[in-house]
Amino acid sequence: MTALLAATAHVVLPKIAYHSILPVLVLLGGAAALLGVSALVRRPLDTSAVTAVTVLTALGSLSTALVQWADVRNHGPHVAIDGAIVQDGFSALIGVLVSCAVLLAALVGDSWMRREEVRGPEFQVLMLISAAGAVVMGEANDLVVVFLGLEILSIALYVLAAFDARRQQSGEAGLKYFILGSFSSAVFVYGIALTYGATGTTNLPQIADYLARNVLLHEGLLLAGIALLLVGFAFKVAAVPFHLWTPDVYQGAPTPVTGFMAAVAKAGGFAAFLRVFVSSFGLMRNDWQPAVWVVAALTLLLGAVVALVQRDVKRMLAYSSINHAGFVLIGLQAGTAKGVEGALYYLFTYTFMVIGSFAVITVVGGRGDGLHDLERYRGLARRSPWLAISFTVLLLGQAGIPFTTGFLAKLEVVSGAVSGGSTVLAVVAMVSAAIAAFFYLRVVFLMYSSGAPVVELSAAGAGPGGEVRSLSLPAGVSPSVAVEGGPAGAGGGVGTAVAEDEDEEIATIPPTATAVAISLCVGVTVIFGLWPAPLTGFAHLAQLLIH
Amino acid sequence: MIHAAFLVFLLPLAGAAVLALGGRRLGDPLAGWVGTAGVAGAFVAACVTTGGLLSRAAPARSFDQTLFTWIPVGGLNVKAALLVDPLSMTMALFVTGVSTLIHLYSIGYMRGDEDYPKFFLYLNLFVASMVILVMGDNLLFTFVGWEGVGVCSYWLIAFWFGRPSAASAGKKAFLYNRLADVGFLLAIFLVFERTGTLQYHGIFAHLGAIGPSSRTAICLLLFAAAAGKSAQLPLFPWLADAMEGPTPVSALIHAATMVTAGVYLMCRINPILHTSHPAQLVVASVGAATAFVAATIGCAQDDIKKVLAYSTVSQLGYMFLAVGTGAYEAAIFLMVAHAFFKAELFLGAGSVIHGLDDEQDLKRMGNLRRWMPLTFGTFVFGWLAIAGIPPLAGFWAKGDVLDNAWARFPVLWVVGLVTAALTAYYMSRLSALAFWGDDRWREVLARPAGATGSGGHPGHDAHPHEAPWVMGVPLVVLALLSFVGGALLLPWRPGAPLHWLAPVFGGRLYDAHLSGTTQWVLGVVDAAVAVLGVAVALPLWSRRPVHDRLEPEALKRAWFLDDVYDAVIGRPSQAAARFAATVVDVQVIDGAVNGVGRLARGAGSGLRRVQTGFVRQYALGIVVGAVALLAFMASRVW
Repeated sequence: MTALLAATAHVVLPKIAYHSILPVLVLLGGAAALLGVSALVRRPLDTSAVTAVTVLTALGSLSTALVQWADVRNHGPHVAIDGAIVQDGFSALIGVLVSCAVLLAALVGDSWMRREEVRGPEFQVLMLISAAGAVVMGEANDLVVVFLGLEILSIALYVLAAFDARRQQSGEAGLKYFILGSFSSAVFVYGIALTYGATGTTNLPQIADYLARNVLLHEGLLLAGIALLLVGFAFKVAAVPFHLWTPDVYQGAPTPVTGFMAAVAKAGGFAAFLRVFVSSFGLMRNDWQPAVWVVAALTLLLGAVVALVQRDVKRMLAYSSINHAGFVLIGLQAGTAKGVEGALYYLFTYTFMVIGSFAVITVVGGRGDGLHDLERYRGLARRSPWLAISFTVLLLGQAGIPFTTGFLAKLEVVSGAVSGGSTVLAVVAMVSAAIAAFFYLRVVFLMYSSGAPVVELSAAGAGPGGEVRSLSLPAGVSPSVAVEGGPAGAGGGVGTAVAEDEDEEIATIPPTATAVAISLCVGVTVIFGLWPAPLTGFAHLAQLLIH
Repeated sequence: MIHAAFLVFLLPLAGAAVLALGGRRLGDPLAGWVGTAGVAGAFVAACVTTGGLLSRAAPARSFDQTLFTWIPVGGLNVKAALLVDPLSMTMALFVTGVSTLIHLYSIGYMRGDEDYPKFFLYLNLFVASMVILVMGDNLLFTFVGWEGVGVCSYWLIAFWFGRPSAASAGKKAFLYNRLADVGFLLAIFLVFERTGTLQYHGIFAHLGAIGPSSRTAICLLLFAAAAGKSAQLPLFPWLADAMEGPTPVSALIHAATMVTAGVYLMCRINPILHTSHPAQLVVASVGAATAFVAATIGCAQDDIKKVLAYSTVSQLGYMFLAVGTGAYEAAIFLMVAHAFFKAELFLGAGSVIHGLDDEQDLKRMGNLRRWMPLTFGTFVFGWLAIAGIPPLAGFWAKGDVLDNAWARFPVLWVVGLVTAALTAYYMSRLSALAFWGDDRWREVLARPAGATGSGGHPGHDAHPHEAPWVMGVPLVVLALLSFVGGALLLPWRPGAPLHWLAPVFGGRLYDAHLSGTTQWVLGVVDAAVAVLGVAVALPLWSRRPVHDRLEPEALKRAWFLDDVYDAVIGRPSQAAARFAATVVDVQVIDGAVNGVGRLARGAGSGLRRVQTGFVRQYALGIVVGAVALLAFMASRVW
């Protein structure tokens, strides 16, 4: 006992600079407030009240992130809380990005909850917590803090993926994500351990410092650590070959969650990925660059090529998000300030495009969130011109058509790759973009073409059926789900045909909140595509503390 | 005061935005008033800005007004900025001023058109684009306006796109302009490559970095663009077809916006142009040749608007003649004067067309001075002004151009003088056919009432009617301006208003040092030639509307230029297109594309099999990836 006391007496708690983690505190505070109030009142909270609080929280964290940005601009980057947290332009930008994503996803989620008659604050609370994890990853200055953020981000996402209790795919997605996520987390922690073993620290600047001062005689330990960290990050950002979970989870999760996940999990994952690899392992870049090169090339090509053969729009966009991850990886692979800048700009613009796209899919998916077949989009322009034009803009943005932010994003990362000497990778990226343009444009084409959807629906039945079968788990893991797999899939198919007539009008008119979110996404995509200066400037100034 | 410059283009843009959002709700005629207010506001803003400019000393009258940084990419830093100096403000003033009058006139003219709000939306966009063009601070921003003007002209010329001729005229205008725009783009690239900037001041400061041949190339490329927009040889056919648009559009295109853009551009780049003698010679020669050719064509046209169209081409030729001789002031002077009298002529013609139920054939008019006294009374000023009868504006402006040509390129002066005679002739022919002679319009007005029986005009009411006051006011104002416009730059007045342009052109301004006597003689010659033209044409054509020998087929069909283009460019390129479509596209390109597509799809189908849905296999994937990475890292160590 005395020994313990003596030991604890030496523990010096670091001074906690709360202002440095203010966005995180705001996000978590909002979540805690929602949970607390819902526990105190008897009836389930009103959805609009929950959404309002979430939106306010997002705006709060957005403004605190902007305050941090101004602080960094005025006083320069610095570390806080005993070196565990870093305040630089990079972290502030991630804070802004994640706050925007929460704002948009909360609006889309609001409409989704009303449609699916989901009550209670849990959906939004989980979203806020997950976002807090992403912000932590953006400002983490220590591998342990990175891991902390990763887990805060992921655990909430596992639950969110499984949130739609009425669709068995949703539960399946959550479970798959959880199992594989835990697996990759374990690998990641092992990577941290090996890195610590090699350098004697988990602090990111100290790792860089150590590598700069010492010549490692046996770098095998460190390289193994880097490899395992790479696996952990690559899993989180869905890079090939660690992407296998992505299509199933993206397709199974409730559509607003998919949008949120695609934006925030990638943002958080890439934020830490970029910081760890460019800042800490910058001197080892000759060792990791070839590996990332291969991963990036595979990710680019596989994402684009497999998306071609998808008939389910949600699944197709899952593959397209893999393709996008490849583009961000190009910026990382360059390992230069310009590359980081490009990757950040890409993430920023991608966030709006992907949340907007999934918002449109949420609307078109209709009640039950199950109508995602390509044929569902045939003639959308006639039923809902506004929705069709919005989706067109967002898809063209993702395809990288000029006068959208997507074009500049691709230009930035590719020029970063070229100036970093990875010309071949840049060519691979452009080839993949050309392939990807096909499936984006196919949706646009379908939306603006007319035809007899009913006839086509029966023919399309085979497509989703195949996907549903591939989703079902083996009996050993989840017997009940596997048994229900067949009938549920068939039921979904029938529901499609039956619901078509009555859903037509309702499903394609977006609710106000979603309409606002989509308009914001389209606005950002177009306005900053035409007038890129503010956003490119933002990304340009958002530099890492060390690079 | 200078800051009001932004309003000059923002107000018409705002008007366009309001009309785009709520035009239908505003309806007829409120939408027209909104559009007119936007442009009138721009005119006021231009006046205020000019006032601010005038309050400074002459050498300090040049400002860059930056709105925002538009494209910061690498070495290219383009700002959305305005250049406020005497040249841009002169242009802005008369563009917005004349446009305001044309807007006002359109309120009456377009009344009852089902796309009434859309018309004013396009008009406002047109004016905004033109203002951006003339006030842009760099080549690229000017190019934005340049293209905006191009696309608006397309919309407006093809405004009644239900008529195939209007639709094809719009296309023709667009194609000719696009063709010329290639020159503009190439010039931008060349300038940027040589100087590293696109800002006018920057370019002129780095003139040393551009070699003599490059300067000539830049000038000629920009002149190619100008020749397209300002309808010079060989790119003028579109302007005559552009008459398919509503008459106010014709007035706008011809008088205030669009066609003057080319002249403005050449004046703007005067520091470069000045250093390239070959380019100057080309500009002056093309201008003179265009002036002559277009005037000859104008002598044989029957459509009242086509005559005016060719007269515009001809007058623009004069302006380029002036630019080529280095007499930029004279070019601007003629441009402004021309804006007054050409707008007057077009609106007068519109009034006639309006009064005759959309009849445009001169041979079916006649004796209208009895029925439309206001139109005739104002039209006379425009007619005599363009004919060059003293003391109207046209006499002084054209005289200034010709004096300079006499001093620098005497051969071109002769061409200009002959053209002046022709101008007086064909404009008098037009007036004679429309306002003198017999009441040939009677059969026109009788026909629709009798043929359709719809009862638009009962028989007893079938005579030409005068336009409403909103159409009358602009006519009167413009007639007045056509009369006194010459005061802008009278030869014997050193303090004439247009001399404030001098700082822009500086020492580069070609100064015709002509003695007083020479000036007098040249002036008398000009006037004599003009009177001769009028004196020949007026009796000739008011007596009899048909003189076959004076209207040869070649002139009627514009020297067969369209046919030549069709044979030389149109048909071969159609054949090439057909070859590309049937052979190259189907066999070569589609083959390659489908092959790649099949490859990608095949790869996709193969790869999707990896996606089994089994978590254990996914985990295995992670393991395989991790092992591969570890193996790679291991290979780095050993």
